Amino acid sequence: MNRRVATAAILLTLSLPLPAIADVGALSSERRAEIGHMVKQDCGSCHGLTLKGGLGPSLDPARLNLYPEGFLEVTIFHGRPGTPMPPWAPILTPNEIRYIATQLLSGTWYEPK
Amino acid sequence: MNQNNHPLLVTKIALLLLLWGTGYALSACEVRGTGDLGIVIERASGSIQIIDTTQRISLGRVEGLGDLSHASAVYSRDERYAFIFGRDGGLTKVDLLCQKIEKRIIQGGNSIGGAISQNGKWVAVSNYEPGGVRIFNSNNLELVSDIKATPLSESKRSRTVGLVDAPGDRFVFSLFDSGETWIVEMRDDGSSTTQKFSGVGIQPYDGLITPNGRTYIAGLFGEDGLALLDLWHPENGVRRILDHYGRGEQKLPVYKMPHLEGWASAGERTFLPAVGRHELLVVDSSSWQEVGRIPVHSQPVFAISRPDGRQVWVNFAFPHNDTLQIIDTESLEIIHQKQPGKGVLHMEFTPRGDEVWVSVRDKNRVEIYDTESFELLKTLPMETPSGIFFTNRAGKIGL
Repeated sequence: MNRRVATAAILLTLSLPLPAIADVGALSSERRAEIGHMVKQDCGSCHGLTLKGGLGPSLDPARLNLYPEGFLEVTIFHGRPGTPMPPWAPILTPNEIRYIATQLLSGTWYEPK
Repeated sequence: MNQNNHPLLVTKIALLLLLWGTGYALSACEVRGTGDLGIVIERASGSIQIIDTTQRISLGRVEGLGDLSHASAVYSRDERYAFIFGRDGGLTKVDLLCQKIEKRIIQGGNSIGGAISQNGKWVAVSNYEPGGVRIFNSNNLELVSDIKATPLSESKRSRTVGLVDAPGDRFVFSLFDSGETWIVEMRDDGSSTTQKFSGVGIQPYDGLITPNGRTYIAGLFGEDGLALLDLWHPENGVRRILDHYGRGEQKLPVYKMPHLEGWASAGERTFLPAVGRHELLVVDSSSWQEVGRIPVHSQPVFAISRPDGRQVWVNFAFPHNDTLQIIDTESLEIIHQKQPGKGVLHMEFTPRGDEVWVSVRDKNRVEIYDTESFELLKTLPMETPSGIFFTNRAGKIGL
């Protein structure tokens, strides 16, 4: 990642409120399965079913892990103004957003070929 | 008695052989018309089903087509072959009669749809990665033209969107990152010339061409309005239409970009899905002035008109993608609403519009409705179905 992007990412992370402290353990296994389905099918309509990217960038964990801690959560929570990435706060709880960020960083749904 | 039976036995054996032979032929390559055939994309399993709209049945499944999220298809002019464009850059030519892959190539890293030329010779694919459009011979899928999009940096080029075919063996598309619209004109030998229009608007995200092939319109994500190019008079350049639309209004988050392909043109009026609003735009088809807005259930994704133009069927973005609304194009009233289930992703009308096929992703099925009574006629099991494409698209500009 180049320095400008990294700086912008850090500034963005610091300038926006982080979602309230979330407890991922509170999510039922049923809800986790629903979220997994949503990420694959609905996030996948921009990021690709395999999350390798589309109109939205690739969600390769190797790439995502270059961003500062919390960046992914903030991005999902608020969206990325100026890009088609919408804020998911109206749809998902902070817990659910943290769960998604954690799973994306560990590559749970990423299927490279 | 024996003498009488003998010719009969021979006839019987001959008949059996003939039946066996026919049966064999049917299972390999069927001899039949293709005008009532189509395909349904099974997006998660990388397969398609070939369907028959007269009998309302699936004829079979073809597998091995890769990542089919956001996949689309066009047809050869004889309506025998489907060209399927996958997200993973795959371009697959499928023989509907033999139900097999004729040829498959990976032509790019990340793709977003394609088109076939007026003469049927060329198939073009729009790529995000590497940004540009690649054009192939429709017979053998050999690359004939590689149109590289405007560079954004040393390693990255603009993503291309809204690729359509236009009369004169032309392809028209827009460049998402650099805000351009390009016209590529094919020559008989597969080479091409490109005419470029810059500054069309911020982030064109999709494009459409009117059914007569004259007007190309790009939807803009980054600002209000649409960019219009008159292909009869490209020398007049790209002009902005509907640029007051939505000014000063707060847009809602967009969870699914609306599609312009398959847009609804019903006589003097055109119906367009609005970006980030729970509305359909009603536009005068000649002046391109807004004549009304129809409040709908949620953010529209597809607004598709029944072939006779009397109805427009609308589906919606996540998280309201379980609903369909049907609008009467004369009164502009919502005359019917359905809730087939989560993931209503696409609708396709039979060629003359008596029936509509609807993919309901999360129910793993396609539902077939009568478009007059709105009665559910039949459901067919499909794995996470998305796009539905019938062969009559072969005869239509821009599809």
